[in-house]
Amino acid sequence: MKLITKLWIALGVLILLSPLGLVLPDHFKAGSAWGEWGSDEIGKLVGYVPKGLEKLGELWKAPIPDYAFKGWEEKGLAHLSFAYIMSGIVGVALVVIAVWLLGKCLVRKNE
Amino acid sequence: MHIPDGYLGPATSGVFYAAMAPLWMAASRIVKKTLRAKQVPLLAIGAAFSFLIMMFNVPIPGGSTGHAVGGVLVAILLGPWAAMIAVTVALVIQALLFGDGGITAIGANCFNMAVVIPFVGYYTYVLISGKAEVNSKRRVIAAFVAGYIGINVAALLAGVEFGLQPLLCHTAEGHALYCPYGLGVAVPAMIGEHLLIFGWVEAIVTALVVKYMQKQAPELLEQEVSK
Repeated sequence: MKLITKLWIALGVLILLSPLGLVLPDHFKAGSAWGEWGSDEIGKLVGYVPKGLEKLGELWKAPIPDYAFKGWEEKGLAHLSFAYIMSGIVGVALVVIAVWLLGKCLVRKNE
Repeated sequence: MHIPDGYLGPATSGVFYAAMAPLWMAASRIVKKTLRAKQVPLLAIGAAFSFLIMMFNVPIPGGSTGHAVGGVLVAILLGPWAAMIAVTVALVIQALLFGDGGITAIGANCFNMAVVIPFVGYYTYVLISGKAEVNSKRRVIAAFVAGYIGINVAALLAGVEFGLQPLLCHTAEGHALYCPYGLGVAVPAMIGEHLLIFGWVEAIVTALVVKYMQKQAPELLEQEVSK
């Protein structure tokens, strides 16, 4: 088997295993990454919500926030894991398309 | 290490966008010269790998989470400039589609994770590898140390970026406008958790894949040091 084929398969395996990145933190009761709290959370941590943080924090509404489908937040780990895998597939697809397009622009001239 | 929107003031965000512009241009110029058409799939795989490895949040029990970035590995296999492009693509998709890292912080996040990690990691790897054979144990150790150092320097920098905010922007009453934690909290928090936990994840991932490549595709390791 060619190396490239093996690596694509490895990426597929990583996508399927990705919910570990969700389930393990849940199991060990680990919260957000440091410095990545939402405004509610930061209000609890420091006693006030910094004004600029609150305003800028709402600047962008991501279509799949935190790798979860909107409205699924309370559905439990099985649903969240499914959304996580789907996010992995969508993310990898977009990353690959973006690199492929960049590659087209970058490589063309020296061939 | 994905700084969200609202944690950095406009000046800091602007400085990092301004710093990234020439770096992105240099990367495309250099990669244009060195990347061959048949390496594009490998670059795509590198970017996808970086995207995916960042989904594997590693918990500190009862505390926070963090993850590897994969930037050192991509730099070892494809060179630091190509790695800059690969990690940038992953970070931009994460910010736009998944809200992982802020839109205003793309410059800072790319500087930390797409520049510092690949470059610090790559040159650490080259330095430690010396003239060691492609399939030598020394290369694996070099990859391990490079992964650990690369991500920790980036974490230190992210801590400084967070920690400067209360000094730069605050209200008359002394309330921070953006990240409320100063250098004394942000720097030890960021560097501490990476030194203790997440740095080892980057180190192990980098070393294991380099070891695998020694068997599967030693030519990938060969090219980079001759550069």
